[in-house]
Amino acid sequence: MRLSAKWTQLLILFLLIALLPLFFPSGYYFRVGALIFVNGLAVIGIVILTGYAGQISLGHAGFAGIGAYASALAPGHLGLHPLLAVVLGALVSAAVAWLVGRPILRLKGYYLAVASLGFGILVAMVLSNERALTGGPDGMPVPDPGLRDLLKDLGLKLTGGEFWYWCCGLCLLIGAWAALNLQASPTGRALRALHGSEVAARTVGIDVARLKLQAFTISAVYASVAGSLLAMQNRFITPDVAGFMHSIEMVTMAVLGGVGSVIGAIFGAVILTLLPQVLTVFADYEQMVLGAVMILVMIFLPEGLIPSLARKLRGRGE
Amino acid sequence: MDALMQFVFSGVTVGAVYALVALGFTIIYNASDVVNFAQGEFVMLGGMITVFAHLAGLPLPLAALGAILATAALGVALNRLAIEPARGAPVVSVIIITIGASILIRGAAQLIFDKQLHGLPAFSGDDPIRVMGATILPQSLWVIGGALAVFVGLWAFFTRTLTGKAVLATSNNRTAAQLVGINTGWVMTLAFGLSAAIGALAGVLVTPITLVSYDVGVGLALKGFAAAMLGGMGNPKGALAGGLLLGLFEALTAGYVSSQYKEAVAFVVILGVLFAMPQGLFGRAGTERV
Repeated sequence: MRLSAKWTQLLILFLLIALLPLFFPSGYYFRVGALIFVNGLAVIGIVILTGYAGQISLGHAGFAGIGAYASALAPGHLGLHPLLAVVLGALVSAAVAWLVGRPILRLKGYYLAVASLGFGILVAMVLSNERALTGGPDGMPVPDPGLRDLLKDLGLKLTGGEFWYWCCGLCLLIGAWAALNLQASPTGRALRALHGSEVAARTVGIDVARLKLQAFTISAVYASVAGSLLAMQNRFITPDVAGFMHSIEMVTMAVLGGVGSVIGAIFGAVILTLLPQVLTVFADYEQMVLGAVMILVMIFLPEGLIPSLARKLRGRGE
Repeated sequence: MDALMQFVFSGVTVGAVYALVALGFTIIYNASDVVNFAQGEFVMLGGMITVFAHLAGLPLPLAALGAILATAALGVALNRLAIEPARGAPVVSVIIITIGASILIRGAAQLIFDKQLHGLPAFSGDDPIRVMGATILPQSLWVIGGALAVFVGLWAFFTRTLTGKAVLATSNNRTAAQLVGINTGWVMTLAFGLSAAIGALAGVLVTPITLVSYDVGVGLALKGFAAAMLGGMGNPKGALAGGLLLGLFEALTAGYVSSQYKEAVAFVVILGVLFAMPQGLFGRAGTERV
């Protein structure tokens, strides 16, 4: 039986998530794994926006911030269950993305970059200035969703790290599945047409403005859920989650791994999440190495690591 | 009234720095269609190198000159090593390359220099000058004068000299520029060197007022980028106007509304301008080719 490309990618992802823990020497690795999955989820959103639709956002951490602070604030202030808070965050992010996206997606290239960047900075600024609500730059605690206790009652005892590893891994699989479905759908093809040429897409009857807005909104939901998951597993959150550097990190992960492919982008998240962990030994050189990696990959593997390597392996017979 | 004048003075001073950074963006963008996110690091290097050369015993003017030349050389190297090899790459890739360069330079500066805040003595004393009931520092006049001088110089360069027109021609169409005998490689070297030198000059001029440390670049790059966009990318007039407006918005917001949200207002204004005029205040509308 031959599997389609979509199911092959999902199977690889599933096997990696399921089998890697067999090789983990300590609980610390579960934490790192969970962090990779959270970043991977946010990066899939960038794949939809940048890889499929060809639009740039340098402010996506703003949506991660909305998701994270929804998880932190909604349970205490609105009495929502933490899981419903994640949904609320996603809904708010989608609504904000829809409102902000309508005007800014008319802009192109660098103008879109600066407009989205401005949006992200505004979110980060509100989060660090509204001290009464968010605790300001020092951050605030996040309530536990209580799922681990639920599993314990069912007889499944997991450590915190293990629980979040499996939980985020599951979310990543669902996110990747949804993105791959989108890619194969008529909407996905329309998005790629839009990426190729906006004018040409419009002449064949594609509603370009609506489509861009959809891609922007969907990718905002990915970022928001990732932000919520990050907040809940760390039990603490600071406005840095919405900061400029976090936005850059998301885009860099996606482009480094290969922004056109879901698996590639997740791989980018793996590398950029692991890099600081590996480099803690050379803490002084961490920034220099990160900058050098960004430059070198873009010069020598312009499509990103995975697509470029895949092409090399297949030879030139395209 | 006195308070208003005071806010205007401080706004124009900060705005002049943003304008210098935005002018740096403009030159590189004009030559290569690249927005160089490492522009803020040039400002940081200008300040840091001057401080350390001055500490090592060099007289201030010599230290400043050395810093500007060294930074210009780095700008040229950035083009040769990182931008030129990736020519023709999509906008996202170029953004990541220049952001990577900015992280790399910041990391190196933190190692070579240190993580402390540093200042320089003001060029012509610290006695405030009283004008119309408000006061202004002599160093502010240096900053404002520097921005105006650079603007006039660039304007003359782009409209009155053959070399300046060669830069514009390269931006319009690289191949056509080569066909009429323009050495486009040299034009790029010139653009990056000049842009880095202007950034470093801004760093030298502003360090006595705002101090400098290895991490001041990101904030300046964002503001300069926003200012250049506000004015319309690629237009020196736009860069100057955008920078000064941005500085004024910030100072007036800080004075009359809330100092916490001064930067927020700047970005809200920019978003508003871009919605109404997607090409910025002085930009020209472009057409898209299929």
